[in-house]
Amino acid sequence: MLVSYNWLQDYVDLDGITPEDLANKITNAGIEVEHLNYPGEGLKGIVVGKVESCTQHPEAEKLNLCQVNLGSETVQIVCGAPNVAAGQKVPVATVGARIAGNVKIKRAKLRGEVSNGMICSLDELGFDHNYVPKEYADGIYVFDDEVPVGTDALPFLNLDDALLELDILVNSAHCMNMIGVAYEVSAILDRPIHLTKPQVEEADQRASENIQVVIADPKKVPYYGARLLTGINVKPSPRWMQLRLIAAGVRPINNVVDISNYVMLEYGQPLHTFDYDQFGSKRVLVRNAGENEEITTLDGQLRKLTNEDLLITNGEKGVAVAGVMGGENTEVSAATKNVLLEAAVFDSISIRRTAAKLQLRSDASSRYEKGIDRNRVVSAADRAAELLAKFADATVLRGVVDAGERTVPDRAITMPWQKINQVLGAELTLEEITGTLKRLHFSVETEGCAMHVSVPARRFDVTIPEDLVEEVGRVYGYNHIKATLPEGTSAHAALTPYQKARRRVEVLMEGTGLSQVYTYSLTTKESAASYAVRNQEAAPTQVIWPMSEEHAALRQSMIPQLINVVHYHLNRQMPNVKFYEIGKVFLPVAGEARPAEEEHLAGIITGQRNERTWEGEANAVDFFSVKGIVETLFDALGVSSQVSYRPSNRSGMHPGQTADILRNGDVIGYVGALHPGVEKDNDLNKTFVFEVALDALIRHGEPGITYQGLPRFPSTTRDIALVVKRKTAASDLDRVIRKNGAPLLHSLRLFDVYEGPHVADDEKSLAFSLVYQDPERTLTDDEVNAVHEKIIKACADEFGAELRG
Amino acid sequence: MLKEKLLELRQQALSTIDSADELKALQEAHVRFLGKKGPITEILKGMGKLSKEERPVVGQLANEVRQLITARIEEKRADLEARQLEMKLESEKIDVTLPGRKTAPGSHHLLASIIREVEDLFIGLGFSIEEGPEVEQDYYNFEALNLPKDHPARDMQDSFYITDDILMRTHTSPVQARTLEKHKGVGPVKVICPGKVYRRDNDDATHSHQFMQIEGLYVDHKVRLSDLKGILTVFAKHMFGADREIRLRPSFFPFTEPSVEMDISCFRCGGHGCNVCKGTGWIEILGAGMVHPNVLRMSGFDPGEYTGFAFGMGPERIAMLKYGIEDIRHFYTDDIRFLKQFYRA
Ligand SMILES: [Zn+2]
Repeated sequence: MLVSYNWLQDYVDLDGITPEDLANKITNAGIEVEHLNYPGEGLKGIVVGKVESCTQHPEAEKLNLCQVNLGSETVQIVCGAPNVAAGQKVPVATVGARIAGNVKIKRAKLRGEVSNGMICSLDELGFDHNYVPKEYADGIYVFDDEVPVGTDALPFLNLDDALLELDILVNSAHCMNMIGVAYEVSAILDRPIHLTKPQVEEADQRASENIQVVIADPKKVPYYGARLLTGINVKPSPRWMQLRLIAAGVRPINNVVDISNYVMLEYGQPLHTFDYDQFGSKRVLVRNAGENEEITTLDGQLRKLTNEDLLITNGEKGVAVAGVMGGENTEVSAATKNVLLEAAVFDSISIRRTAAKLQLRSDASSRYEKGIDRNRVVSAADRAAELLAKFADATVLRGVVDAGERTVPDRAITMPWQKINQVLGAELTLEEITGTLKRLHFSVETEGCAMHVSVPARRFDVTIPEDLVEEVGRVYGYNHIKATLPEGTSAHAALTPYQKARRRVEVLMEGTGLSQVYTYSLTTKESAASYAVRNQEAAPTQVIWPMSEEHAALRQSMIPQLINVVHYHLNRQMPNVKFYEIGKVFLPVAGEARPAEEEHLAGIITGQRNERTWEGEANAVDFFSVKGIVETLFDALGVSSQVSYRPSNRSGMHPGQTADILRNGDVIGYVGALHPGVEKDNDLNKTFVFEVALDALIRHGEPGITYQGLPRFPSTTRDIALVVKRKTAASDLDRVIRKNGAPLLHSLRLFDVYEGPHVADDEKSLAFSLVYQDPERTLTDDEVNAVHEKIIKACADEFGAELRG
Repeated sequence: MLKEKLLELRQQALSTIDSADELKALQEAHVRFLGKKGPITEILKGMGKLSKEERPVVGQLANEVRQLITARIEEKRADLEARQLEMKLESEKIDVTLPGRKTAPGSHHLLASIIREVEDLFIGLGFSIEEGPEVEQDYYNFEALNLPKDHPARDMQDSFYITDDILMRTHTSPVQARTLEKHKGVGPVKVICPGKVYRRDNDDATHSHQFMQIEGLYVDHKVRLSDLKGILTVFAKHMFGADREIRLRPSFFPFTEPSVEMDISCFRCGGHGCNVCKGTGWIEILGAGMVHPNVLRMSGFDPGEYTGFAFGMGPERIAMLKYGIEDIRHFYTDDIRFLKQFYRA
């Protein structure tokens, strides 16, 4: 909503309040003034001139030589505007003046003729061309005759104004009109508001003889009022009205259209004017449209309606889509003589739906959507009638013909007045509270602790006691409320075990050199379906109206997005990168629209494990360096003993370098190399990834810590090298050794793997270091030997393992 | 005779010792002159042949010579060892200005750092951290927050719907409604709810279809707007510096009444006006308000008994303001050159 500072002074005395002050005060009271513009800013030396004579330039057909009276002198100005003529009063940029765009006007010679200035178009004075009336669109602006020659032209163009652009939110719709803003400013400044009642001189002839109004569904149309105006003379509206419309961002068209727009801006009441002679009946019937009923709207479009849309009809056919747009068949034209003026109230939800469906959001529909003052409808019709009589020579037929409720009572809210202090944490006196409400023109009565407030209908946003708390708070000023700290129960707070464990995961990942990233949850349908930890049978969850194919479905894994991040870095000559992400993946649930959400940890690593330094070579990342990261994580979380790995064949992954990660037998993740085909498709180097379901890992936090005393007796270390078939998994040997070594085997470590000439082609040698220990005593060689032999025998039995010589 | 021989031996030995330039030569000299088969031992052995008068004289001289040689050898050994150590140290000299062997830790994402800082502050103030689903029911995302269907502040166009009733949450406020519901009408409820949210926006320098929010909620007996002001003052000073001041401006959110915007005094110019605060001296940081009675009622709290405040902020906005980051997309492009800069954040 654009508010003209000058126009506002019609209602509230702004003496001593600069536009800046006003903007700040309005903002601080709750409606943000987004911009404060001075439309005349930078203009200088523009005066009213009178074209005394206008003759064709001897050397140029399209130029005119004008003798222009500037009051103090008469100068020659060369003017190329097609609409310039002798006798006009015009805005003149004198020599030395500045016009829009900070252009300086100099004395010039055009084809040999001196030009002492420039006669200006509205565009040249900074007006937005979109709002310039058609009659001045291609030429200079021409004043009416009342403007005195030789004076500063800016005030007569309203270029001495300031425009405040208000950001109207849902609760401030009452300020979508000048009167509403005036009430607000009156309350903020604590100055009186001056409103004048429209004066309508009505003819003897009754409107009801020529029109009748019927509402089919009073729930959707609480009120419909009509006035009839005859003998109209369609012509441009007066300059002051045109300028106010332009300031508000409305293009002047003709007096009839302008007046209905002007009254909407002033009263907030959308009005519609029909050409009565084209109406086709003496009856307005407001009803729901039929299914597929058609109407051609003012913009020439054929609209197909449904039975949810409200239609204004002449009893038979549609003449306007209620509250949204008029019909072409009854449009006011230059030839219009008699006008049917509509001032009505329509259900906001119905208008909202229709406007959205037809994609026709207009100034009128948005006011209906957000709410209008139920008690200002008839006054708005009267105001329009007053202006039409004055500026369009209209005769106003007697009476408003209407159906529905003309007015509604004020809303009564009763509350203990102290509640305002209790909620705000303030110490206002009863007088301060009632005084503030009275500034808002609410009436207040008190009765002991209770306060009865009656809220006028124009403040449709104020319905409950909390709304009154806000009204008092914002007008009184939140800056006057002291900051306190809560006095209530003190609550204990801490991270949950899961949140704590998750933070440790972050620290660990970063400690191993991975940087944290956030990628998008929404991705392409193809990406969304790939790399899930557990195979997903259903298709990924999709959004109904994606903004683009790129963000159409919910990811089931973070790997595809991490691949994109690595690809991005490779394209920018950064081949060695390591990233991790913690975030939700979305797993479809059969028969449910909502997917299950699981928090996962995923990582991606490519290039060199360490940078090449002055000391020597860098090492390329391999499977085991990435698996080591995962193992470090499990160690740190204390779950390693529950975790196992097994070879895995997954789509998109290298079939020989990928392991499933299992916890207590359930697959909770995987680690491995990307499939070479994927690397090729994405221009990647050798790249390793992992993804682990954090929920499954740390949902209940980390395992507790059980302290064990330090060993008091020495341990015995024995190494063995076992030759086994190559296909034997090291983890299986590990398991058998541990099982047979218990309880004396204290720790076990694989320290060498050998394949080569010293063993058979299908064999390998695995060397383990075994530490035996008893917490209660020193073990004898015999005791250790017994266990050691048992282990070797078990390995021989299970895997055919032989001791390497 | 022997006397002369001893004196000659002394001379020989001392010159051998003095000329020794390594420990090995010194050791050889020791064996040669002082060994069991050395000349001094020989002389001492042959003492019996001497007269009674000569014996003590030669004996004394022989001892003196031996002591002198021993002392000179020790002296020389110390000297050689010191020289050897010096050479060793010299040979071990390295260029200490060469770079060390670093382990390069990864960086914490700036948004995660900001969220963690806010979480830690509010945990200290007695708030727990609650999280909720990102795919949400229309009920929790809108209706339970006083945004019934057809509410003008609600626009289907702004949300990613999955079905008519399921959508990507557009704010973290549904966690408020869920948390209140869980408490079954009994306060206090004191939570911080961080998380990802989604809006149907085209990604550009200032818009992102996915972003973060942190929501706070405090419901108890007698919670006041002045308490909100107090808590937000603590927050502003913690996040933006001890000299920050705050102001509350009235605003509108469907789920709070009254609703406010919180501005902080500009941390760049201190309030005089600069390009960060667009000349106003104030920077808009977050939205807040007193929980709307409808929200309390719908989630099972009696608004006659309980009041509360809620606030919501955008970690991206805080990060962009704090560090002058010009494009919100940086947070999701994840360029390592961007991420690494906030290693210490
Ligand atoms: Zn500043």
